[in-house]
Amino acid sequence: MNTEISARDRKGWMSLLASADEARLSELWQGFGADPAFDWLRAPEAGGVMVRGRMGGSGAPFNLGEMTVTRCALVLADGTAGHGYVQGRSKAKAEIAAKIDALMQTSAAEDLRAAVLAPLAAEQAARKEARAAKAAATKVEFFTMVRGED
Amino acid sequence: MYVAVKGGEQAIDNAHAWLAEERRGDTSVAELSLAQIREQLALAVNRVMAEGSLYDPDLAALAIKQSRGDLIEAIFLIRAYRTTLPRFGYTQPVDTGAMACDRRISATFKDAPGGQVLGPTFDYTHRLLDFKLAADGEVPAAPEAEPRREPTPHITEFLQGEDIIEREPASDAEPGDLTREPMAFPAGRAVRLQSLTRGDEGFILGMAYSTQRGYARNHAFVGELRIGTVPVEMEIPELGFAIEIGEIELTECETVNQFKGSKTVPPQFTRGYGLVFGQSERKSIAMALVDRALRWEELGEDNVGAAAQDEEFVLSHADNIQATGFLEHIKLPHYVDFQSELELVRKLRREAAELAENLAAQEAAE
Repeated sequence: MNTEISARDRKGWMSLLASADEARLSELWQGFGADPAFDWLRAPEAGGVMVRGRMGGSGAPFNLGEMTVTRCALVLADGTAGHGYVQGRSKAKAEIAAKIDALMQTSAAEDLRAAVLAPLAAEQAARKEARAAKAAATKVEFFTMVRGED
Repeated sequence: MYVAVKGGEQAIDNAHAWLAEERRGDTSVAELSLAQIREQLALAVNRVMAEGSLYDPDLAALAIKQSRGDLIEAIFLIRAYRTTLPRFGYTQPVDTGAMACDRRISATFKDAPGGQVLGPTFDYTHRLLDFKLAADGEVPAAPEAEPRREPTPHITEFLQGEDIIEREPASDAEPGDLTREPMAFPAGRAVRLQSLTRGDEGFILGMAYSTQRGYARNHAFVGELRIGTVPVEMEIPELGFAIEIGEIELTECETVNQFKGSKTVPPQFTRGYGLVFGQSERKSIAMALVDRALRWEELGEDNVGAAAQDEEFVLSHADNIQATGFLEHIKLPHYVDFQSELELVRKLRREAAELAENLAAQEAAE
């Protein structure tokens, strides 16, 4: 494993993969064309995590409710381990995420970033931008009226 | 008392087969897909996720289809499924101050920094049926404007400078979890909020409305209401750092309430809090009002005996799955119970008739 990979980089791609659209991720992954041999460290399993909020948005934590998450871990033939933690219940998506996590720690990283991660990130940013633009179009200015009384 | 009964297997199978047929309805009408429910009945999906206490739009859509649109039945299905999921852990508290807001309004501050953003709201519609929707039609694209780049801070932050509104004490205290330990009273605010956010929308709305009508009135204004998405971060033990495990849509409501002060605290505004999965605006506002009413004791207010101040009453009756389970079980066979009741009533009637006969005989003899 490449020790120069920072936790920040890894957090970045794992986070991007977690909320990626499964169909699009699958399409980009197949387009990349790699199918590395691997062994499971932990076969994909679906489960729940308890999401927390804070009282008043900033105070003490409380349990808000659960969300579904699927996780798995695998090891490539060269010993590189990859983890997948993705939103929802798709084992196939978790497997792709774990393979990408592993390959991003190898010499394939640059190609993989260009072929899969960069387009995913650009599309996610564009989706967020489009929503923010629609929200901005609904920004109002309220004027208080003078009431007709003395 | 519920006593097991035997028999009826064939009738039950046939009833379920008919249910499946009725669920499908007229086969000359196209079948609903889960994607259609998820995309076009999104607020029903949100309610099922909030009260089912499980954020998964596809599962909620499936539950709505299976339950024929009976949302409490759908919530029941989600709650049952939820119990089969292994719990991977607890997330870090979501940062709603960093929310990507689709909607963000304040009823109290006209010039809220960051502005009033209406978002895709029913507000200001005329509530007239739109017959255009009865026909298929293309929807024109929503207009766009230059998006806001800066984060949108909570409005209460601007009031805290003057200490004119109470501060939420910073804390990382481990909250109770009512999915792990049965509810005990006093429950504490963390468990109250967990219970309210998954409570029945109609019940929470009714409780909140009762406070507005004068039963523990607390003069609530919507200081801020925001709807949007937040990333969810969780520490992954095998990695040793936190990653985003997904993104969820939330509705958050902060109320600003009157408080005349106490011996130790000068007059200041107080707060109620609502946070609910999905776009769930009515529920979130109602939750904040009920949260504020339940805080009477910590704020040194009088208990006026109102239902919304009674933690045991509110939390024990907010859960529609518990309520419907107990309510609906009385339709299941209670033949043994009823048989003994029948015997008792017959006996009482016999005794009453005998008494009346004796009295009549006595009167005739006199």
